[in-house]
Amino acid sequence: MPDPLYRMARAEALRIVHLDSFIAVFHRDSGLTHLLAAPAPEIMATLGEAGLSRAALAARLAAEFELADLDDAALAERLDELVACGLVAAA
Amino acid sequence: MRHVFSVRIGPVGFRVGSAWRAPIAQLETLYADYPKPDVPDFSVRLFPARPWRRVIRPSVTIGGDFMLPDAAPLPLEQGLLAAEMGMNLQMALGQRRYLLLHASVVERDGRALLMTGVSGAGKSTLAALLAARGWRLMGDEFALLDPATGLVHAFPRLVSLKNAAIEVVTRALPEARFGPLLAGTPKGDVRHLVPDAAAVAAMDVPVPPALLLFPGYGFAAEERAVPPSEVFVRLTQASTNFVALGERGFDALARLVKTVPARAIDYPDTDSAVAQVEKLWAAL
Repeated sequence: MPDPLYRMARAEALRIVHLDSFIAVFHRDSGLTHLLAAPAPEIMATLGEAGLSRAALAARLAAEFELADLDDAALAERLDELVACGLVAAA
Repeated sequence: MRHVFSVRIGPVGFRVGSAWRAPIAQLETLYADYPKPDVPDFSVRLFPARPWRRVIRPSVTIGGDFMLPDAAPLPLEQGLLAAEMGMNLQMALGQRRYLLLHASVVERDGRALLMTGVSGAGKSTLAALLAARGWRLMGDEFALLDPATGLVHAFPRLVSLKNAAIEVVTRALPEARFGPLLAGTPKGDVRHLVPDAAAVAAMDVPVPPALLLFPGYGFAAEERAVPPSEVFVRLTQASTNFVALGERGFDALARLVKTVPARAIDYPDTDSAVAQVEKLWAAL
């Protein structure tokens, strides 16, 4: 199976507020509020709307952030969670 | 309904209908200095669960625009409490104009202090004691945050004092007016304090929030700053209509959390709490 492309949800669907190390995200499509801790905000910011494969995302995160505990399995889990709540789309 | 009472508390108008005269008579006495609403926002109904329960062991079921299906009826002697619970219920379930935070609010120098926390943390007691020291009482139950302006509106309903707080506050406010002692309610002993004339006179004056406090009773005096993310979570839990307000609620809360400092205080007794609050306020 080819590595899917992950994208942040459309910017107009999200309202993001930065609170200390967390971000609060209001997801307009579901009306739900999410409070996200590292590495979720970094993942969303890095993906952007253009999108990246998981391997490319892992490389960018490793280069730009100090996310020590984020191995490939953990990254896959975080991505699945973000996809499940609609903040990231996989295609 | 046979007996009807209307009152405006801050920006919210209520109409209370009752099958009995007694609760209405108590409301008329205790809310004597409050204005009447042009049009009530919410209706509360106090009625017997079965027709004969109006006279035989009379018990009061709480109804209205919004109801809790499983709410237990109260004996008629606690009819005043039923009316107050009914008004709170309409606010908690039906208010959409303001973001509702379960908090007591007092004002000084044109700025609001919000105190929120679990039941029993002393929100009502602290608000009443601060009112005794010259603060304006804006409410002991709900802070009404206007998403359009960021201002806090007053909702100075009767202050519901419970158990040990009754004696503490009657001692601090010997001149104040109180409702009857309601013993053995589901919340223990309850007595209502009538907000003073200054609180009622200024209830249409909203003010910006200046400090958020999370009081905790029963510990050694201590104080700590609360980070915005924790404040955000605690306040979503302390709000009855955050989800219902959608993005308006989110924006109102985010603005509050980002602009207003927050502190948690532990206190061993009410005198320490009042001193801690006054000190924090002076340092703003």
